[in-house]
This record gives sequence, structure tokens and C-alpha cells, in this order.
Amino acid sequence: MAKIKLDNIRHSYYPNPSSDDDFALKRVHFDWDDGGAYALLGPSGCGKTTLLNIISGLLEPSHGKLLFDDNEVTSLSPSERNIAQVFQFPVIYDTMTVYDNLAFPLRNRGVDEARIDVKVREISSMLEIDDLLLTKAAGLSPDNKQKISLGRGLVREDVNVIMFDEPLTVIDPHLKWKLRSKLKELHQKVKTTMIYVTHDQTEALTFADQVVVMNFGQVLQVGTPDALFERPEHTFVGHFIGSPGMNVLPVEIVDGQVSLGGHFLEVSSPIVEAEGKSLEIGVRPEFVRIAEQGIPATVVNVMDVGRHKVLQTLVGSQKVFAVLNEDQPVPEGSTYLTFDKPQTRLYKDGWLVDLTYEYEVL
Amino acid sequence: MKTENPRAWLLVLPVILLVAFNALIPLMTVVNYSVQETFGNNVFFWQGVDWFEQVLHSERFHDALGRQFLFTGIILAVEIPLGVAIALAMPRKGIWVPICLILMSLPLLIPWNVVGAMWNIFTLPDIGLMGYGLNWLGIDYNMTQSPLAAWVTLIVMDVWHWTSLVVLLSYAGLVSIPDAYYQAAEIDGASKWSVFRYIQLPKMKQVLMIAILLRFMDSFMIYTEPFVLTGGGPGNSTTLLSIDLVKVALGQFDLGPAAAMSLIYFAITLLVSWVFYTIMNKDVKE
Amino acid sequence: MNLELKDVAKRVGAEMHIHETNLVLEPGEFNVLLGATNAGKTTLMKLMAGLDSPTAGSVLYGGVDVTKTPPQKRSISFVHQFFINYPHLSVRDNIISPLKLSKMSDAEINKRLEATVDLLRLGPMLDRKPHELSGGQQQRCALARALIKDSTAVFLDEPLANLDYKLREELRAELPSIFADRGSIVVYATSEPAEALMLGGHTAALNEGHIAQFGATSDVYRTPVNLTAAEVFSDPPLNTISVKKYDGCIHLSETLSWPAEGTAQHMPDGNYTLGVRPHFVRATGHGDSAIELNGRIQVTELSGSESVAHFSMGGGTWVSQANGLHPFKVGEHHHFYLDSSKCFYFDSHGQAVR
Repeated sequence: MAKIKLDNIRHSYYPNPSSDDDFALKRVHFDWDDGGAYALLGPSGCGKTTLLNIISGLLEPSHGKLLFDDNEVTSLSPSERNIAQVFQFPVIYDTMTVYDNLAFPLRNRGVDEARIDVKVREISSMLEIDDLLLTKAAGLSPDNKQKISLGRGLVREDVNVIMFDEPLTVIDPHLKWKLRSKLKELHQKVKTTMIYVTHDQTEALTFADQVVVMNFGQVLQVGTPDALFERPEHTFVGHFIGSPGMNVLPVEIVDGQVSLGGHFLEVSSPIVEAEGKSLEIGVRPEFVRIAEQGIPATVVNVMDVGRHKVLQTLVGSQKVFAVLNEDQPVPEGSTYLTFDKPQTRLYKDGWLVDLTYEYEVL
Repeated sequence: MKTENPRAWLLVLPVILLVAFNALIPLMTVVNYSVQETFGNNVFFWQGVDWFEQVLHSERFHDALGRQFLFTGIILAVEIPLGVAIALAMPRKGIWVPICLILMSLPLLIPWNVVGAMWNIFTLPDIGLMGYGLNWLGIDYNMTQSPLAAWVTLIVMDVWHWTSLVVLLSYAGLVSIPDAYYQAAEIDGASKWSVFRYIQLPKMKQVLMIAILLRFMDSFMIYTEPFVLTGGGPGNSTTLLSIDLVKVALGQFDLGPAAAMSLIYFAITLLVSWVFYTIMNKDVKE
Repeated sequence: MNLELKDVAKRVGAEMHIHETNLVLEPGEFNVLLGATNAGKTTLMKLMAGLDSPTAGSVLYGGVDVTKTPPQKRSISFVHQFFINYPHLSVRDNIISPLKLSKMSDAEINKRLEATVDLLRLGPMLDRKPHELSGGQQQRCALARALIKDSTAVFLDEPLANLDYKLREELRAELPSIFADRGSIVVYATSEPAEALMLGGHTAALNEGHIAQFGATSDVYRTPVNLTAAEVFSDPPLNTISVKKYDGCIHLSETLSWPAEGTAQHMPDGNYTLGVRPHFVRATGHGDSAIELNGRIQVTELSGSESVAHFSMGGGTWVSQANGLHPFKVGEHHHFYLDSSKCFYFDSHGQAVR
């Protein structure tokens, strides 16, 4: 187990990166505590796989350092780093039994058989695959194969970090939640640092204590699931987390007030001037209300999601979503909207205006 | 998915006809010859299983069969490991991939009798590069006189000609292994041997079985190259089954024994191939 | 023109993949086939499209028996889960490929191309090759190809399953308007109840080759006729608990009961299965009909704006789905509130009590 420090890591796949755009990973700088459950969340192409490969040792970053417990490991190979990884597609040794699969990493390290037997049985009961130990691994279902891949990481006592690269991709939708919660449970038992890479918000928020949201090759926010929902620090975070995502609407500052197409709004953020950059407000559909007066809007569509309804409206030419309770009446045609002030925030150039700290970009 | 349309059989009909013409009918002719005696002029006498008994008890046939198994055994023992080793050493990415693949396929593109002729000239002690070279080095090499030299030449020639096939098939099996397997093995601390034993070999097994089957059948029925290279000599030392068969059938015009011989030959090939096929299918089901 | 299945069944070997099915699908609205993996959605769809033939029964398009008609002659389109485009053709050529074989004039083809491209917002990508597009754009291209010919029936087999969930959200919101006013019969297979709800129209709840219920989507969701339909249409899974009715009360256990209300008032005394959707098992008290449950948290899940908790109580397992993110801790005890007015009751045959 180890604390992981990402020290000013940047990576470019080009030999001589000239501009910011040449970097697949622009600048990542933060610490991961020993024994934490973390998720790297972002859409495809956001740089999360690059970061994962840098941590696991499959890729050496072009700039910056990686430290495990204050020891630099930047140029060590995966096996020297003592990490474990569960891949998107289950990797198992087909010709071996489940038992031999789990024992494999220990045998390679010369652990004696008695000790191996104890560890394998401990892990298999934890994963609830005791009854499969003597079967050949080849014929198993994908979820059991994925459990074995994970087991090969858990069986080792010296593992610094276990990484998961979208491990539920090939799992049947109806088994996903079981495995998802199993992972969480396992983490609470073994307390090894775990990093879970995914583009699925439910997987990330369920698994992790701290979620790292990435896009455009940079980290946009590191926070608890609660913080990401309640106080997105970048419009993309607001958009990406939640279904439907946060409403992001361009605004202007007129006489020191926020104006949305001529209607003045109250926001919880300090008001700043645009200075040539984009200025937007963000408000989640959960905090948009139907009212007798306020911002005029036209109802375009209603989607019944069962437990609530999603109202799609147009304010000017901007789409605004609102979440209504199941029993709440649905307005038709023209209506008025209000936004809850504490949950309406101002974003400049995509970033929340009153960030308590700032991510330097280059 | 199951098909219920009887018209589907119509589509298979041309193949059935083709197989009948080029396999079944000639085979029946051979069966016909094997139970009769003829002196030409389309006059036949019923012999029953006499020819089969004669062939099965003849020392000449036993010798030829023995030589055949020895040859095939050596060929498989050399070509399969060598082919796998070369495939493992070949690059997986980059511009060298197509270059290696083309180089590997070259021997396969040469007609069989040309291969024989090439090696025949190559090994001549007076003008052949290899023959002259070996003799110049002080090695007494002449495959028209020494049976050992003839065997070595024959095997080296076949290895040169056919190892590429094993390489190409193994390579196809190797490149289909996703990177994640190698990464996982590295993380698990696996040695190079373990990677080969538990990842590469299992993934190559399917194609390797096909390679072994093809090499077995081809080498068991080999004719052209040894015929051109040694003609079965010196003496009878490289007279493999097929060469012996042609000697009996065309050299001595003993059509009955030759037909019986070829049926036995056919049965052996079929039997061994069937054994291979069963093993392969058993693996697939697992 | 409608699409009708008459006593259609599909048997493969000894196994019934589709049990005898009668179904009439009308044009203009989405007809959603909802069910878990292997419920028979794709098989049923293939039978409708003619890509597979039934072992019994007949398929009718507009009253005409097409059971023996091959799919090429049926005027259908099929969009798969995987984005299938011709890799060597530009987006434009991909989209018009179904029209190339017909004897349509170039002017007509261009007119249709323009309309389809507008609808699917593919305008700027016409000259690109499919591999230069994102997953969502590739699937739009495949959709455009299905839309450009006026098919009698359009079959969409989990078309959004392979997209990132944000793209899925976007495209799902667009789909109903794309197909509105086309007059085609639209059949859409999905394994996600939320998707069925958002698409609206009609839904057939499928389970193990049986159609448990078919009807307007919100009816199937709000008034399931049997336990299977209710279970198929619930994600997270439906809570099902054995209860007894006597003395005018519903008894969950020796100590937990409440007066029967609504349909439950009139049902005879006896044993029933109570079914309740997870979002009616709330984490906070709510009104008069709230029944307090005390459970031990086993598993929690968080998505962007809601929390799901699995908890155990008296030997049974319950699922609660609550708006907002709740800091449930595994192993702790927590109060949940069952909304007794939102419960379904099923008799011993699994039929809903009306």
C-alpha cells in the first residue's frame, strides 16, 4: 500500500510538443492517500487512460515525476512498481484452473505453497468463488472471469495500488450493480489504494470516495461525489455528472447584475466582468422551478422517467431542463421559470468564478 | 442458426458433384484395381484380398513405411518448434512486419519440382554452392553416394521449404493476443517462459494443430521434391512411400499391388488425420 | 399500415425461444421491446423483420401475410447495436446507399438526402469517412441510412447501447422527434426501463420469450397486470415481499401492518406478493401513507443525482432509491419510508389485484 504523488505530470505523444494542444495530458498535480478509493471519470479521449498507463508504468510521462510513498517510480516497469490491474476485457490464463490463476502471481514470486493455499482460499471466499476453484478458468462467465482478474491482484500482499480500467464493460447490465457494489465492499475490507477508470458516472460515484473528473487532457475537479453534484467547479463537470446534466446558459453582466437575455438573475457567486472570456451560469435541472413569474420559457417536450419527469423548455434559443416530481402538474406552452439562488453559479471561461484554489494551466 | 429451407441443399450440389468426380470416382477405380489382376487389354482376374496380404507382408513396404514415418517425424520435430520460435522472434508492429511476412512467404511460392531441382544443383559437389562449400571445408559430402547426406539434404530442403508455413500460422495466432494479456502477465511477475507457456502457447494452440495436421499430411505424401532431388537413392535409402508406390505402379506396372498399397497408404493418412481432428475438436469443446 | 404477429412462435431444438405471441404494432409511435439480455428481444425483432422465420404462426404487414417473404422484399430498415457503416464510403454515400439500387432520380435522392441530413444534423460530416466520426455520429449515420428510404418498418436493436451515457442521453432525447410523422412502424429493443419510459409510445415487457404485458408505455409502467411485467419494468429491481391480508390490514410481519387502501381494500383475505418500486421506499418521511421500515444498509450506489441503498430487514432485502446524494454507510441501520399508496399486490399466480 502506498501514497501516490503525481508531481507536475504532463505527457505528449509527440517528440517535440510545441503547443498546449500537443499534450494528451496537460498538467496533473495532486496526491492520492494510502488506502483510498478513487475514480478517474471522463469521456473517451479525455486523457484518463494516458494517466492510468503512467501510474501503472506502461507509459513514461514526458514531464514530471510519479512517487509511491516518496520513492520515485517514474521509470520503473509495472512489475517493479508492485501494482495490479484489472483490464476492460477479462485477462485470465485459459489453461489453468481458477485456483492456479489466483496462485500464479504468488508462484512467480516464489511464495511457498502452504502460504499460497491460505491466501488463495482467503481471496476466493472474499470473492465468493470458492466452488469454482477447481474448474478451468476458460469456460467461466465474464463476471466470474473479471473476479479472477481482480483476485490475482488481491492475493498479493505487497500491492501498492489496484487499478481498474473500465472493468464492467463486458458484464451483463443486470449483473453490473452486483459487481459494482462488490468492489466497494472489497475495498472496505482490504483497504488497498484503488483507482477506477470509467466514463460511467454511476460506477465512479458509487465506487469512489474521491472522484477525479477529467476532460481535454486536464483534471477539472477532484472531489467527493457530493461536491461534484452540489458544486461543480467546471461547466463540464456539471454537464457530465447528473442526468440530465447541469443547464449551462450564456449570460452578460449589465450594471453589475447577471442578465440572461434581458432578465436579471440572482446567483450565489461573486459577480465578475467577462474581460473577453465566456461567461455562463450553471444550474442543475433539480433546482429549476416552474413559477407564476420569472424567466419566460416555452415547453418543448416532457420525458416521463417514472419517478420524475424531465421538462425540456426553451429560454430564447437556449434549452433549459427542469426536473418535476411525478405528481407535479406539467405546464404546456408558455410558462415561467425560476432558479434556486444558492444553486445558481457563475462560470467564467468554463471555470467556477469563486474557486478557492486554482488549477494552473501550463 | 438452424436452416429449414430444403433448397439450401441445392447450393451444395455442385461441390458434391465435384468431389465425386475428382475424389470418389478415382478412389473407386483404385479399389477396383486393388482386388484384381490385369495384364493389360482391359482383361481382369479376381484376386480378392491377395494384394493387400502381399503388400502388408512385404519387407519392401515395411521399409518404405518406416522411412516415411521417420521422415515425417523428423520434419515435424524440426519445423514446428523452429516455426514457433521464428514467429515469436518476428516483430509485431512497424514496417518490418510486411517485409518479414513477404520474406517468409517466398519459399512457399516456389513450385515443388523447382525446389527439388534448385537443391539438386545447390548440393552438387563440383558446381553447387553448398556441395562445393562443404567439401572445401573438408566435409566429405556427396548425397548421391552417402545415404546420411541424402537424408540430411532432404530434411534441410523440406525445412527450408515449409517452416514458413508454420511461422505464418503461428504468427497469425500470436498477433491475435491482446496487449492486455502481456501487461497482465508482467504485472503478475510472469517469466518469459511462463508468458509462452500460459499465454502464447494456449492462444496459438488452434492454429498450431492445423499447422501440424497440414505438415503431417503434406510430408507424408511428399513426392516431387525427393523424386527430383535423389530419385529415392542412393540405393533405396530415401525411397519414401509415394516414391515406392510410383516405382511399383509405373516402373513395374504392377497395378494390383500398387492399388492395394495406395489404399493402405490412404487409410494410414486418414487414420492419423482423424486422430488429429478428434484431438483438435475436443479442445475446442473444452 | 400495421404489423401483426399471429400465434408466432420460435423453437430451436427443444427450446422455445419465443412462446406463442400475438401482437399488433401501429405506425407513428415507438414500440419498445423491453427485457433483460436473452429475454428474446432480438429474436422477436428478427422474426418481425424476416431475418429469421418463425416455427409457427404468421407475420402480417398491413393485413398481408409476409411470413415467407424475404427481408429484401419487405421494405424494412434495421439498425444494430454496433455501428454498421460501409468503411470505404463517405457519409454521403453511406446514407444514400439504400437508394442506389432503386431507380430513383438523382434529384429525388438529393432531396431526401438533404431532409435526412438536416434531421440528424450530419450536414458538416457528409464528406468524411465513418472512422473519422465519433461513436454518436457513426450511429447517426447508420440511422440516416435506415431513414432515407420510406420503410414500412424500422427496427432498432439497442442502438444506443454502445455509446457513452452522455451521448446516449442526447440521441435518446432526439429519437422520438426524428421518427415523428413518418408513418413507419418503429420497433425499438432496449434493456433499460428508463429508456422505454423516455421514448414513450407502446411497450412490450418481455421475459424468457413471453410478452408479459403490452400497452401504452406509461400504463405498463404504472399499472402492470402481472408481477413479471412489473419486474421487467423496474431498475433498480422491484421490491417484492410476501404479505398477508386479514382484518382489513396488510401485514408485512407480526409487528408491521397498515390498513389496506385503494385496490387492496377489496381484495379477499389471504397471501399476496407486495411489489413496490424503489423510489417509493424513501429515505425521508413523506405524508400519511409512509410506513416506517428499519433496515441495515448492505450496499449503496450513487449516480449523479440520486442514491440507491440495498438494505436488509427481517430476512428480506429491500432497495430504496432516493433523490439527492445520501451518505449511507454500509452496515449501519437507517430508517426508510414505504409509500403504502404506491404498492402493487399480486396473487399467488402473479396476477395483479385490480
